[in-house]
Amino acid sequence: MSEQHGHNEEHHEEEHHIVSPMTYGLILLTLLVATGLTVWMSFIDLGEWHITNGLTLFWNPVVALLIACTKMTLVVLFFMHVKYSARLTKLTVASGFFVFLVLIGMTMTDYFSRAWGRW
Amino acid sequence: MSDSTAVANGAAAGTVDSHHGEHPPYQRHHFETVGQQFDATNFAMWLFLLTEIMFFGGLFTAYLIMRNWYYPAFVEASHQLNVGWGTANTGVLIVSSFTMAMGVWSAEMRKKGLLLVFLGLTLLLGLAFLGIKSIEYSEKWEKHHVPGLNWSDASFLNPASDPEVYKEYHDKPLPPDMAEKTEMYFFLYFAMTGMHALHMIIGISILIFMIFRARADAYTTGHVTYVENFGLYWHFVDIVWIFLFPLLYLISRY
Repeated sequence: MSEQHGHNEEHHEEEHHIVSPMTYGLILLTLLVATGLTVWMSFIDLGEWHITNGLTLFWNPVVALLIACTKMTLVVLFFMHVKYSARLTKLTVASGFFVFLVLIGMTMTDYFSRAWGRW
Repeated sequence: MSDSTAVANGAAAGTVDSHHGEHPPYQRHHFETVGQQFDATNFAMWLFLLTEIMFFGGLFTAYLIMRNWYYPAFVEASHQLNVGWGTANTGVLIVSSFTMAMGVWSAEMRKKGLLLVFLGLTLLLGLAFLGIKSIEYSEKWEKHHVPGLNWSDASFLNPASDPEVYKEYHDKPLPPDMAEKTEMYFFLYFAMTGMHALHMIIGISILIFMIFRARADAYTTGHVTYVENFGLYWHFVDIVWIFLFPLLYLISRY
């Protein structure tokens, strides 16, 4: 019993990953560059895509959100250690974001389609 | 005392006695190992953060719908914000996330001095963020752009009606239907950044508490759960701002 206990503790010492200051520094640099990039891109007209009559996709907000999502992924994986966390944590985080996207997606499809063709 | 209780107590006392000294003092007895305890608290913290995601999600959804309905008004209202302050605050918050991550590293490496330095830096950067935010809020107050408390449609319909504000900012007048809808943008602006600022204030209060605890050697004994989980909270608040910044400040700036 006591042997097993000690063994598990050692096992954990191996598992508990300590992220190095070097990694944190690189992530910080990437996040700051991405912030500069998103400000710079917002001052450029990236145009739009007329999908169909009355439905247009503007590229500026799409790019801004893509950069924000990239920054979020870096923070979650490295600063929040999810890359090195237990499977349960990974599954929890992934399912949380999935449910969040489903809720926003369902709400938005309702708002966009309710007055379809009456723009 | 019933027999079963006596047996249970005896068994518990027996195991506890043989158990002590074989695990670190911070390991609770209902966990098999320190690793299991760490994973369980980590899981619990993430469950709390998921409820926070859903909470802010409601605000973001409201923002998306209103922005699509009143896009031109949102563009005009968003141009009232100062991109310089917004960018500076994004930088401040990202660096504070870095110092917090380094604080967790210091606790893991059991370096008390460094832990105090990084927690202190995180605290200062958090206060700097709130300082910049208060500069921005006071400008909105001065221009009567605070819905419900200090709002005036005239500040958009005829900006020259307030000569003191006008000579500083030179805003262009907006048509009435647009001026009316800028109020929706500013309502969402204050609701979202205000809720974010409240999270910052809570985080800063916990940071101050943690600095006192860290001075008393609470986090450099190998028990990093508290620092680690507070770090998760701090990074979460940073992520919310990472989305608020482009959505509120950077609409059609070209």
